[in-house]
Amino acid sequence: MPSMGADMDSGTLVEWKVKPGDRVKKGQVIAAVETSKAVLDVEVFQDGVVEKFYVEEGTEVDVGAPLALIGDGSGAQAPEIATETETSPEPETTTEPETIPEPETTPEPESTPEPVATPVARTPEHSDRIPASPAARRAAREAGLTLADLQGSGPDGAIVLRDLPDPQPSRPDSRGGAAFDRGQMRATIAAAMSRAKREIPHYYLATTVDLHAAEQWLTHYNEQQPPNSRLLMSALFMKATALALARYSDLNGHYGKDGFKPAPQINLGMAVHLRGGGLVAPAILETDKLPLPALMHQLRDLVGRARSGGLRASEMAGGTATVTALGDRGVDTVYGVIYPPQVAMIGIGRARRRPLAVNDGIAVRLAVDLSLAADHRVCDGHLGALFLNEIERLLQQPEAL
Amino acid sequence: MNRDELRKAVLEELSGIAPDIDLASFDDNASLQDEYDLDSMDSLNLAEAVHKRLGVNIPDQDYARLRNIADLLDYLEGRL
Repeated sequence: MPSMGADMDSGTLVEWKVKPGDRVKKGQVIAAVETSKAVLDVEVFQDGVVEKFYVEEGTEVDVGAPLALIGDGSGAQAPEIATETETSPEPETTTEPETIPEPETTPEPESTPEPVATPVARTPEHSDRIPASPAARRAAREAGLTLADLQGSGPDGAIVLRDLPDPQPSRPDSRGGAAFDRGQMRATIAAAMSRAKREIPHYYLATTVDLHAAEQWLTHYNEQQPPNSRLLMSALFMKATALALARYSDLNGHYGKDGFKPAPQINLGMAVHLRGGGLVAPAILETDKLPLPALMHQLRDLVGRARSGGLRASEMAGGTATVTALGDRGVDTVYGVIYPPQVAMIGIGRARRRPLAVNDGIAVRLAVDLSLAADHRVCDGHLGALFLNEIERLLQQPEAL
Repeated sequence: MNRDELRKAVLEELSGIAPDIDLASFDDNASLQDEYDLDSMDSLNLAEAVHKRLGVNIPDQDYARLRNIADLLDYLEGRL
């Protein structure tokens, strides 16, 4: 079970997307996991063959516990496997000694404790309770069913999701995630933000940026584009921020037990407001390297999946700094709360027309307030100011973004 | 396609983008941004959905002036 956020202790495996015997490729989505925030796709981090599942659907698993055994295929035991997998054997996976089964699918070292032989489903606090997985318990409660009336088919007769008569709510549907628990997401946000305010000495800066050049460029660009190729100002903000982070590495990274470690990549997170309440902050990997159209494409894809389910673990855990934008319905200035263990939150207010001093006169220009909330343990306001000014400078040359 | 059919098609697409909107009590003259909380991304998605479904590519400059569904239907009616 990979960690999909610093505040995640466990997740419920809601769906296997492969079956034992399937050949999998590094990066392939093999399962969906429900956390308190969202349903996320879990990617596999090595090539190989799914030998066996340690965890069945509907089970809540601690971070770090193995989910499945990925081997080289030699240990595949079920007869039907041969017919269901691709028949062409790949030499590199059968001859390479490193493809020894490794019960581990997570890329994040800090979230990988020593291998556990069997993942332990959360045990009920009271022994007289009917054994059931948390997901099944919740689903039963929501469906108005009594656990005692159900026949469990899980470990030790525990009731799991598949024992419920209704089709299991495997992921939030397109109606904005009705299947997952908003109350729990609230609690998760509360935990992360409380930690941020308790542990991180924030300092705050803000500056007003003239968007005249960016707007002109954007209007001209979008004029010739069909809707699916148009850019939003957000893409320019994200790119300019990522490029500025590349220059000011004290704002891009994680603060852990041993202090601050700058991140080698710039994976800029984007706080996405969910219709109906709550937010998630998935990241765009290597944001600084993406040309604007590709960045825009990813932004749309990410927002879409954040709102309908299906974010990937690497997107949820990989953020190295985050942008929050309240958009057109927001206010002029937003001061963010840092998302630990990150050390910077960049706030983008509402872009709107206002009077600005331009040369010797006053002009009405599209402008936006940019803000920075940064970790004072890592850097000081002077650096933060240089950083915001760098974003401003970059936004004056949108064609270079 | 008459206006009713057009409205139905547009609302279907809107519903795909903002599923929480109650179409039964939908107000064509209410601001999509202020009343129905469509952000710039939602709005772009609607333009794309209209383009795909109805084949009308509304230029960005024109689209920015359409505040509500009534505006959008007026615009589309003349171009189908």
